[in-house]
Amino acid sequence: MKPVVEVHNLGMKYQSLNGEITALKDINFSVRDGEFVSIVGPSGCGKSTLLSIISGLITSTSGSVLLSGEKVRGTSQKIGYMLQKDHLFDWRTIYQNVMLGLEIRKNVTSSSKKHAIELLKTYGLYEFKDKYPNQLSGGMRQRVALIRTLVTDPQILLLDEAFSALDYQTRLVVNDDIYDIIKKENKTALLVTHDISESISMADRVILLSKRPGTVKNIYEINLNSEKRTPLSSRETLEFRHYFQEIWKGLDVHV
Amino acid sequence: MSMSKLKSKGISHETQVTEISQEHIDYLHQVKMEKILVRVIQILIFGLALLLWEICANAKIVDPFITSQPSRVLNTIVRLYEEGVLFKHIGITCLEALIGFVLGTIVGTIIAIMLWWSEFLCKVLEPYLVILNSLPKIALGPIFIVWIGAGPPAIIVMTLAISLIVTVLEVLNGFLTIDQEKIKLVHTFGGTKLQVLTKVVLPASYPTIINALKINVGLSWVGVIVGEFLVSKAGLGYLIVYGGQVFKLDLVMTSVIILGVAAAVMYQGVVYLEKFLVKNKA
Repeated sequence: MKPVVEVHNLGMKYQSLNGEITALKDINFSVRDGEFVSIVGPSGCGKSTLLSIISGLITSTSGSVLLSGEKVRGTSQKIGYMLQKDHLFDWRTIYQNVMLGLEIRKNVTSSSKKHAIELLKTYGLYEFKDKYPNQLSGGMRQRVALIRTLVTDPQILLLDEAFSALDYQTRLVVNDDIYDIIKKENKTALLVTHDISESISMADRVILLSKRPGTVKNIYEINLNSEKRTPLSSRETLEFRHYFQEIWKGLDVHV
Repeated sequence: MSMSKLKSKGISHETQVTEISQEHIDYLHQVKMEKILVRVIQILIFGLALLLWEICANAKIVDPFITSQPSRVLNTIVRLYEEGVLFKHIGITCLEALIGFVLGTIVGTIIAIMLWWSEFLCKVLEPYLVILNSLPKIALGPIFIVWIGAGPPAIIVMTLAISLIVTVLEVLNGFLTIDQEKIKLVHTFGGTKLQVLTKVVLPASYPTIINALKINVGLSWVGVIVGEFLVSKAGLGYLIVYGGQVFKLDLVMTSVIILGVAAAVMYQGVVYLEKFLVKNKA
């Protein structure tokens, strides 16, 4: 199958008064249509920088990123970006929050409004549409944030530590929840995380980055023996532990 | 912002508690009683102070020629009213304060937006802002009078001079403390700088701007009174200066009291505006 994301020899250097920092070096990988790929690595290895470059928010200093064969120049309508926190705006209702992306893209039409309402209905948030974010739980807020992204109809979802602001229990539930939605909507996803278990539980492949300057150290194909795979059921499989051990060794953490 | 939290808590509270227990009734009663007690004591203090003032003046414990007294203040108000100048003086001062206040807020916010928009401009202007902020603006009074001429325009400019820089710094600081990730969110949707301003920066800064308004109310009155001390032929500040010069302490006290009431009314107006805005914005 043709890859939707291709990263070629990507490198990123930051300039500062104290000198030059090489954040990323010679990154190469691709993501197939409908695939869920996790990127793990030690903190400060440039995982989030990599996502920012793919999304077109910042420009790499070398190499290139192709989306369905097209070179990335600036932000693209094909991409939906999920940040660490939900960042719902307190002064907007849930519905108005969901419409934010469409407003910014000047894409508010009767059909896009209908789409938003449908998504809210499908994912159990319709009755909260006129409430304000501070009246919702953390898990629900994260779901609203996902709908805010989905309503702009992206092909690829970039999840930048999208669950790390949640407490552990909520996080497990939201993992399942968001995974389910992403599969149902048939999206390609790229998740950046420092949580090894989370990366294995959700992904078809895990890309391991080395410490700075970040480069691809290894890529693990995740094959779990689970009948109907969800992030939670993945954690119960025998292979899970095996992958965990392997990635943990690869991470080579020293304190 | 705090209002909205209270409101939402109130809602969840109502939905949770279906039947009200005796303890809850007692609790509510206690809260209400305390509120009433506070108000009663406030009124008592005010009444007693007036009474003491009046009695001391009548008994010649203090010299009413120097301290004035409540009945004389009341007489002065009536006399000013009968002469038909009471509302003229109040009106002029309030109008000057209001214009200075509104202009200071609007112009200050616009300048803050410009400084937010261009980091370069902000860096260039920083030392000037620091100097203007620490300079006692009253020192500029004579310059304004010479340039603009004695009269209400000079007084309004004085008010602006006092409130403007504080507004700029306060609002700009609000803009700069907004979560960068919220701005990034707008960028991920391909938003422009103007959209960042209208979708995030301005709405998120409502509380900061309202706070700046509250500070400005006080500063506007300082500006107006200083201005009137320097140049005016009418207004409460003029009455205070005039009363002091001709040793009519009744007039001075009366003007100060009216001033206090007017300033409190304007402050309360801002509080209502805040409630109105917050109610409409969650």
